Amino acid sequence: MLKVLEPGFFTTIQDNGRFQYRDIGVPVSGAMDGYSSQFANVILGNTSDMAVLEITMVGPKLQFLKPTFIVISGAQMQPKLNGKRIEHNMMVQVRPNDILSFGKLESGFRAYLAIKGGFKTEVVLGSRSMYVPVTDKDRVKAGDILNYKPFEFKISAKNAALNYRTSVIGSNELQVFKGPEYGLLNSNIKEKLENISFKVSSLNNRMAYQMESVLINDLDTILTGPVLPGTVQLTPSGKLIILMRDCQTTGGYPRVLQLTHSSINVLSQKFSGNDIKFRLGE
Amino acid sequence: MTYDIKFFRYNEHSILIKWPPLIDVNILNDILEFKNRLQKKFNKQKLEVISSYNSILIVYNYTIDKFNDEISGLKVLYNEESAINFITFSTWEIPVCYNSTYGVDLEDYSKQKKLSPTDVIALHSRPVYTVYFIGFLPGFLYLGGLDKQLYHNRKTTPSRALKKGSVAIGGQQTGIYPQDSPGGWHVIGSTPISMFNSRKSTPCFIKPGDKLKFRSIDNIEYEQLAIESQKANFELKPISEDA
Repeated sequence: MLKVLEPGFFTTIQDNGRFQYRDIGVPVSGAMDGYSSQFANVILGNTSDMAVLEITMVGPKLQFLKPTFIVISGAQMQPKLNGKRIEHNMMVQVRPNDILSFGKLESGFRAYLAIKGGFKTEVVLGSRSMYVPVTDKDRVKAGDILNYKPFEFKISAKNAALNYRTSVIGSNELQVFKGPEYGLLNSNIKEKLENISFKVSSLNNRMAYQMESVLINDLDTILTGPVLPGTVQLTPSGKLIILMRDCQTTGGYPRVLQLTHSSINVLSQKFSGNDIKFRLGE
Repeated sequence: MTYDIKFFRYNEHSILIKWPPLIDVNILNDILEFKNRLQKKFNKQKLEVISSYNSILIVYNYTIDKFNDEISGLKVLYNEESAINFITFSTWEIPVCYNSTYGVDLEDYSKQKKLSPTDVIALHSRPVYTVYFIGFLPGFLYLGGLDKQLYHNRKTTPSRALKKGSVAIGGQQTGIYPQDSPGGWHVIGSTPISMFNSRKSTPCFIKPGDKLKFRSIDNIEYEQLAIESQKANFELKPISEDA
């Protein structure tokens, strides 16, 4: 068991997501940066879909009540165990009453805390990912107790030879496909999408990232149709909205581009004021 | 299956199929029939099918290596001559209390439409609506069949939070809010029935292709149903089922 002493800015339980309920409007959810969360799980020898803590911008303060092993990956927030810095992407042994805390955000936006065997919080509709009203809570709160299976035997890190791909944090290029309505765009917008940088606005969260730049757009809305995380919508007022893991299952704005899987991970490490560029592939 | 449908690669593991861009019951039936074929052909764990007015998005749980081959296979499946699979569709009756307490915009809306609240209630509870698909929020039904006399532009500032159960009109659509949500629609009533409950084995009891009617109820019945529907074993029964 783990006790949440301070929750941080926005800390949630996430796994790989909630599948098979999108046709009744339930978002897929899951770790925003699926690469980092899965990487942390793999080092522990966990299956890649085990539940982790997703930590956003400001880290929580956590007290472990039982022995276990952890790995931290993703955004660099100066993690410390009992006040002593610990390394990213390395297995760390924790003992009862150890306290994990975080410092200043140095790079990226979302860090992941994976634990041996995964967090054993409630499964609703096949997933532990927090999303209201599917789950009761949308984030962890001070005083919450999160369950895990104690693990005290010495184990060696699994897959220790694996290298963490740092471009998930460092890159500002998003690989994209043409979206279903790309063909309706005028050549001026097409050219801009490929050539200019877009600034992430303050409207960014687990549902969507809006860009600050405004394009001169003559495209109207479409008959509401399916969307996915990574869908880039163009609003009639010329704003780009990139849908993320907690997005609605359908939308009425033209779907002009679609991010690749790995680019969704890259974008989820960005925040207000960061610049991104699209790289259109086939 | 007779429409000229178009296939698009959506991402590494998804294919979008578009029908003509119309809100049309024949297109809906064709989409649901094809969705049924897909789910019969593939193991449920292998794919998810999200449908809307005029499209289907097939999300596979693996990366598609050869898109053209996959699309050819889907075309063959669409054009196959096979016995029509009868899907059972239900007709539901949703109780709605239309008054100024629950329908906070009923009076303003009626004035703007130059109708009496009684006329609005009659026009809203008369049609049999078709459920086209579910999206926007868990359990939010996209309904077709709103009387033209009730069409009304959304409010310009959609800041106010609509309460769970609100029955509202926006543009050419009417809908039920399954949870508290910001929205720009005009609220004319409220239902005590929960449209979505993640703790039930069927979290949303209505499915695309089903029909729906609204039944006007008074305050007392509303309060009774609000208590009744909280019980764990409460289940709304359809008023009819047709193949």
